[in-house]
Amino acid sequence: MLDFGTITTATDQYLHSVMPTQAALLLECILVALCAVLAYVMLAIVMIFMERKVCAAFQCRLGPMRVGVWGLLQVFADVFKMLIKEIISIDRSDKLLYNLAPYLVVMSSVLTFSCLPFAQGFQVLDFNIGVFFIMAASSFGVLGILLAGWSSNNKYSMIGAVRSGAQMISYELSIGLCILVIVVLSGTMQISELVEAQRDGWFIFKGHIPAFTAFIIYLIAGNAETNRAPFDLPEAESELTAGFHTEYSGMHFGFFYVAEFMNLFIVAGIASTLFLGGWAPLHIAGFGAFNAIMDYIPGSVWFLGKTFFVIWLLMWVRWTFPRMRIDQVVSLEWKYLLPIGLVNLLIMTICVVCGWTF
Amino acid sequence: MNPTFIDTEKFRAQMEELRRNGMDFLRDIIGMDWGEEGLGAIYTLENSSTHETCEVAVRCTSRETPTIASVYDLWSVAEFYEREVYDFFGIKFVNHPDMRRLFLRNDWVGYPLRKDYDESEAINPIRMENEIPEDVQRDYEIAEDAERELYVKQTNKIFGDQYIINIGPQHPATHGVLRFRLALDGEEIRKIDVHCGYIHRGIEKMSEKMTYPQILAFTDRLDYLSAHQNRHALCMCIEKAMGIEPTGRVQYIRTIMDELQRIDSHLLFLSCAAMDLGAITTFIYGFRDREKVLDIFEEVTGGRLIQNYNVIGGVQADITPDFARKVKEFCNYQKRKIEEYNNVFTYNTITRKRMIGVGVLSREDAISYGCTGGSGRASGWACDVRKRHPYALYDKVDFKEIIYNNGDCYDRFLVRIDEILQSIHIIEQLIDNIPEGDYKVKTKPIIRIPEGRYSAAVEGSRGEFGVFIESRGDKSPYRLKFRPMGLPLVAAMHKILKGAKIADLIAIGATLDYVIPDIDR
Amino acid sequence: MKKPEIKSIPYGEFKDNETLEALIQEINKERTNVLVGKLDELINWGRSNSLWSLTFATSCCGIEFMAVGAARYDFARFGFEVTRNSPRQADLIMVAGTITHKMAPVLKRLYDQMAEPKYVVAVGGCAISGGPFKGSYHVLNGVDKIIPVDVYIPGCPPRPEAMLYGMMQLQRKVKVEKFFGGKNRKLSRRDMTDGPIIVTNVPTSETDNK
Repeated sequence: MLDFGTITTATDQYLHSVMPTQAALLLECILVALCAVLAYVMLAIVMIFMERKVCAAFQCRLGPMRVGVWGLLQVFADVFKMLIKEIISIDRSDKLLYNLAPYLVVMSSVLTFSCLPFAQGFQVLDFNIGVFFIMAASSFGVLGILLAGWSSNNKYSMIGAVRSGAQMISYELSIGLCILVIVVLSGTMQISELVEAQRDGWFIFKGHIPAFTAFIIYLIAGNAETNRAPFDLPEAESELTAGFHTEYSGMHFGFFYVAEFMNLFIVAGIASTLFLGGWAPLHIAGFGAFNAIMDYIPGSVWFLGKTFFVIWLLMWVRWTFPRMRIDQVVSLEWKYLLPIGLVNLLIMTICVVCGWTF
Repeated sequence: MNPTFIDTEKFRAQMEELRRNGMDFLRDIIGMDWGEEGLGAIYTLENSSTHETCEVAVRCTSRETPTIASVYDLWSVAEFYEREVYDFFGIKFVNHPDMRRLFLRNDWVGYPLRKDYDESEAINPIRMENEIPEDVQRDYEIAEDAERELYVKQTNKIFGDQYIINIGPQHPATHGVLRFRLALDGEEIRKIDVHCGYIHRGIEKMSEKMTYPQILAFTDRLDYLSAHQNRHALCMCIEKAMGIEPTGRVQYIRTIMDELQRIDSHLLFLSCAAMDLGAITTFIYGFRDREKVLDIFEEVTGGRLIQNYNVIGGVQADITPDFARKVKEFCNYQKRKIEEYNNVFTYNTITRKRMIGVGVLSREDAISYGCTGGSGRASGWACDVRKRHPYALYDKVDFKEIIYNNGDCYDRFLVRIDEILQSIHIIEQLIDNIPEGDYKVKTKPIIRIPEGRYSAAVEGSRGEFGVFIESRGDKSPYRLKFRPMGLPLVAAMHKILKGAKIADLIAIGATLDYVIPDIDR
Repeated sequence: MKKPEIKSIPYGEFKDNETLEALIQEINKERTNVLVGKLDELINWGRSNSLWSLTFATSCCGIEFMAVGAARYDFARFGFEVTRNSPRQADLIMVAGTITHKMAPVLKRLYDQMAEPKYVVAVGGCAISGGPFKGSYHVLNGVDKIIPVDVYIPGCPPRPEAMLYGMMQLQRKVKVEKFFGGKNRKLSRRDMTDGPIIVTNVPTSETDNK
């Protein structure tokens, strides 16, 4: 199977050979950042288009059709429009925080995004506490949302922000517990090793019942983290008009919009990395020929395929369920998901200690 | 309809007497300006168990400071009705806790429905500054001294320094331009103040200058989701006054169309309720099937939403030859689709959690607030006009009045879903038996109604829709009053909202199913 | 002179081309260089294909507007995908329904809250001229008295097809705009009603007191 590590190492060595170390490092940083942001934007555009088409399909509609073939260029038109739309400054708002908030949200999501392993060796950051870093990076997005709501000088925004604070901080716990289940199972926090360990069987199969439970809880909590229906209370279109980003226009709003979609991608990406084997192909022990064929499919295809499958699942949920109420959201987490998650972690630990895993 | 006039002095005692005698449903308060004879009001009451009705009228003694004793403590809905009368006629209701304008801006000059009201732009120009809501409620009392003057007994601050948030007038979940001011404690609603009138078009005043066929056009635009029923009511009232008996064919067509309109409205209710709760897919499903009803409307009447179909003495045009086939096709299709909505939305756990036990309206409150229609029937009050005072063909067809008893959002939702099936049932009984005959009775070119007071009521899509006409024998009515279906629902809001959260407000608003142009008229 | 194109509908099929041509002539009085012209075209392509409308409806026309968004008519096909509930994020306001005296300042304020570029479509007789309620004491006879209107869609209420046609007319109008050197603001800052609202007529409890 193709290892991207060889390409990146070769590039690194070449750069070091033609220029001083500092310059090479700087150039590499810029290159990596460019690639990450480019991939981020492209995936966001794909996601938005996908959401529209999937939503249209669920709703017996066609979705965008006129701009480009099958509406393929629709999102580009939206981007052009949004880029040149006026950015309104709000009277009596906290100007600094108001303008900072969307960038915080996007930063957090780009940072988390760059930790995802797209293929073997194709990952910006890979160090021994990778999973821990993902959690840390993703959780400061809520800060941006809180600031956005607080600084907008708008009561709807304020309520949206407080809701999202309560919701996202609560569900972070469940996500942490689900990830811990996998860490216990694999015994590592390094993402590359996590995926490597799934070459002979994905964790969702290896960890059987506790891993599957963790997967389900993770999907629910992940959906809540991304503020999507049925957990879209911070935006709650029919209650708070647009929630925490009510006062944002133009590209500032665009940042929130893009970050929401990319957070979905990130949640799905982490789910596929931790539970569905990331770029590791599907292997079934004892079927050598089948495994060999599966190996021919590149790792990035596996990763994106699994990720988009999870995204599709989450979109299905979004376009089916009504919205929950804030007390229901909080009690779902604290009364159900968290205790189940704790027990689940215990079960997984027992399983691992007794060797009851595959 | 001939109301008994009561002395102003004895009015309050008489009303208490009536209330004690079981007249627990205040249908409407009709403000009147009888010119020389002074201002006054007509109260139409009904006994909710025996369906016995009575009309009571009262005249104010003076035109400068007209007063009537308030009855808001006998019938809760009177609180809003009396504010409406105050807004349009300037009659102050003594002891009413909250004498503010209901529809017009609080800086409006004059009382528009008085006969001597000056409509010129100079007095009431379009004010482009934002309206500052009055934050005080005034309570009037008559001094007990010899002069018996009216004075303000007390003023209550509505909100004080609570955290106030505005829902509306431009808000996706208020179904139009209604405005709530809410005092919040975290997510919980402490107090609500309803502001209507953002779509008050003055239809009643305009009608006084128009001929009867012209007025018909307004009814469709009151509650555009019960366009047929509204127009049916007005036509019925005029026909009754003129002694015209529509042919059997007309009755059949009208009944079928009324029920189709009800299905249309309930489908829209389902869609909007789903959207307010965040299930956008169900919204689109409802609209998809609603288009099928609109197709039938369009073929027969030429209009989609507003059809202008009923006319005095019949209907505008005969039904098309394949009307029956299309309606039957639709009925079969729709019965299957109800299952789909139920599977996708009604039985969904989140939907049930959001609706069950939320926004409970008790039977007593439903009657006291006069919440007719699906909302009243969900509280266990059998208030269907089709059963209480049958009109058209409703005494000849077999259908069940859907009644649930919990009075919460979920019951209000289920009532409508079940009513779609009942409407289909009614249509199926009639559609094959439409008799031959004229679709319109010939009327005189100029329609005049003999002097007198006339009223008619139909079951609109969301409650009892009433029409009251006082005629002095002219081409246009002396006074025309529509009983709004939505105003009682909005009046009951603050009762229903006890202890609710913001999200519940949306669910309650969605399931009460009011249409704002109908409230504001 | 470049004529705006709408996919699969010939230019001649549209009504009122004269108004559009006059508009093009007025906009293109000064010449621009090719690069700027091309950039303008790109921007206009983006703008015209991504007109997000505000969910604003006061009465009957609003229901038809919802129908345009639903399955059968589906305006998402043309790029009017999302209806935004916040005026800040909306590109156009479909004034669907009667505007009364009490609503007029609210509408104006909503319009002021929208970010440029913003467009107004007057839907239905009421928004155009007062419609059947023209003679009323409480109805504004035409929203163009308070906000600049780009497209009028007559009807009571207009059919969904009419609304789509109106939206396409708006697209054509957007397509001939100029971002560089053109007039990007419909109202000057001074015309807007921001700043503190001066309250002159708060009724006090004393006025009615004896």
